Amino acid sequence: MSDFSVIAASKTQKWVAGILVVAYAVITLLPLLWIIATGFKSPSDAIAYPPKVLFEPTLEGYVNLFTTRTRQTAEYLAAHPPQTWYEEIVRKYDMVIAGPSRFGGRFMNSVIIGFVSTFLSVFLGTLAAYAFSRFRIPLKDDLMFFILSTRMMPPIAVAIPIFLMFRALGLSDTHAGMILLYTAVNLSLAVWLLKGFIDEIPREYEEAALIDGYTRFQAFYKVVLPQAATGIASTAIFCLIFAWNEYAFAVLLTSGTAQTAPPFIPTIIGVGGQDWPAVAAGATIFLLPVVVFTILLRKHLLRGITFGAVRK
Amino acid sequence: MSNSAIERAAAATPPNIARRVRGLSDRAIAWIFVAPSIFLLLAVNIFPLIWTIRLSFTNYRVNRPNAEVEWVGLRNYQRILTDEDIWETMQATAHFLFWTIALQVVIGFALAWLINKKFRGDNFWTTIIVLPMMLSPAVVGNFWTFLYQPQIGLFNYVVGFFSGTDPSSFSMIGEVSLAPWAIVIVDTWMWTPFVMLICLAGLRSIPTSIYEAAECDRASPWRQFWTITVPMVLPFLMLAVLFRGIENFKMFDLVVQLTGGGPGSTTELTSINLKREAFEKWRTGYASAYAIILFVTVFGLASIYVKALNKVKER
Repeated sequence: MSDFSVIAASKTQKWVAGILVVAYAVITLLPLLWIIATGFKSPSDAIAYPPKVLFEPTLEGYVNLFTTRTRQTAEYLAAHPPQTWYEEIVRKYDMVIAGPSRFGGRFMNSVIIGFVSTFLSVFLGTLAAYAFSRFRIPLKDDLMFFILSTRMMPPIAVAIPIFLMFRALGLSDTHAGMILLYTAVNLSLAVWLLKGFIDEIPREYEEAALIDGYTRFQAFYKVVLPQAATGIASTAIFCLIFAWNEYAFAVLLTSGTAQTAPPFIPTIIGVGGQDWPAVAAGATIFLLPVVVFTILLRKHLLRGITFGAVRK
Repeated sequence: MSNSAIERAAAATPPNIARRVRGLSDRAIAWIFVAPSIFLLLAVNIFPLIWTIRLSFTNYRVNRPNAEVEWVGLRNYQRILTDEDIWETMQATAHFLFWTIALQVVIGFALAWLINKKFRGDNFWTTIIVLPMMLSPAVVGNFWTFLYQPQIGLFNYVVGFFSGTDPSSFSMIGEVSLAPWAIVIVDTWMWTPFVMLICLAGLRSIPTSIYEAAECDRASPWRQFWTITVPMVLPFLMLAVLFRGIENFKMFDLVVQLTGGGPGSTTELTSINLKREAFEKWRTGYASAYAIILFVTVFGLASIYVKALNKVKER
């Protein structure tokens, strides 16, 4: 558009707008950059005053995140020289590595529970969304609203009976229990989003397939599913991010075996309080996949966060 | 081929019947497809809800399984609604809701308006701005306690640098007067992009022809803003407020990690208070009644709000 257009912003306006938006973006990014930077600081640099922007990077935080350490006597240390680079790092504090920390296991719990529950809710959600989109179902609107309303309850309110139910069924602190719970919680999002995506696929494609002799079921998986692939993929990422980030149920219903990373990371402590470089290292590893997914999802972001209410 | 007879029969019959012979009827498929989802939601959402309602009329306590469970009628409800502490909690929640929504609407709309000027690289910067809201609130909230540390924290340092106060002279999460604002700041940092994205969709949905017509009528930019831009974006903005309202009424993870409800109970939002009653004091029956009251409140307010939203949309 030319500068003389009555509608388009003038060059100056664009510059001012650009500068303001970039300034906001930089400020909003600071806490995240600080997390990444703190992960590479030594404990003394992390708590330095004034806060250090330039520092000598070290992997101490990452080593502390993945290991447990014990203090040893000088004789023991002299008799056992460090074998690896990470042992060398902890030697500075007269310590030796005693074994792996629990972070690896907690992270794997997040991966297992996140992926399995995502698969299940997208699988069930696709079937339900297809039926809601294509067939006449009695009380369809009421059922759709019922599905949505399950998301309005505060998690803590639902957690009371779930806690009792899980205890009675032996599901407390198990992977199966958390997968079941996250599948149910994500199902409402999956059904609503996928119904929107499937509604956009013209019915004519299936009708043509039916006329060609496909059964309804064949038409569903040979015609509709491939068409809905992008929608299914982005729905899956939204479900995964939710399960990945979830904290309230995880902290109330798990304590060990099935505990995921979000309740665990804040409990990483060192000498005299939280071990901030290790916490930051854990946070970096944990948040990074979500950043990547967000960039991949950016076109469907709005749809996902509004349950498909705004489609752009 | 064993099913050739079926196929021949199918070919000979009219399409409608043929479809039924070769596969399940549409109605059967519809039910097979919907049933598992409905069943799962009934089992994990509705059944617990009914159980909660039942518990709310008793004095049951999880940590005393052998104690006799008594039917207490509406006494739990009566006690909650007359409890002064709970009204304080509600006030803390109202403060949190009002300020987070007000700030997010103002900043979010302003950002969307600026981004809609379409400068070079606007898509890239939009994606950057969106990042905080996708991250785990518990993990990020925990790290913010580090940024809020009186002397060594980045937040205090930056505020001290620009305002000239001593960064070790105030503690955002340790002081009664500042803690309610500490949680408002972090929530606003996290969720402004949400309001921004929805407003941006609203702004982009306005056809340029309306502005062209206004220009022909010599309407001033100020007038165009208030008579075209604002009313056209309003339904979107209201939707954003609905989402933020429900989400922040349920707020737990971020604030519990930031302040844990403290100092004292200044930032004890309803969900945190409920968690205390249910999982620390183990007053299960009482907490169940509390949960039901919260649920009815969210549900009621949301329904009224949706009606208002639909009216705005109709205009």
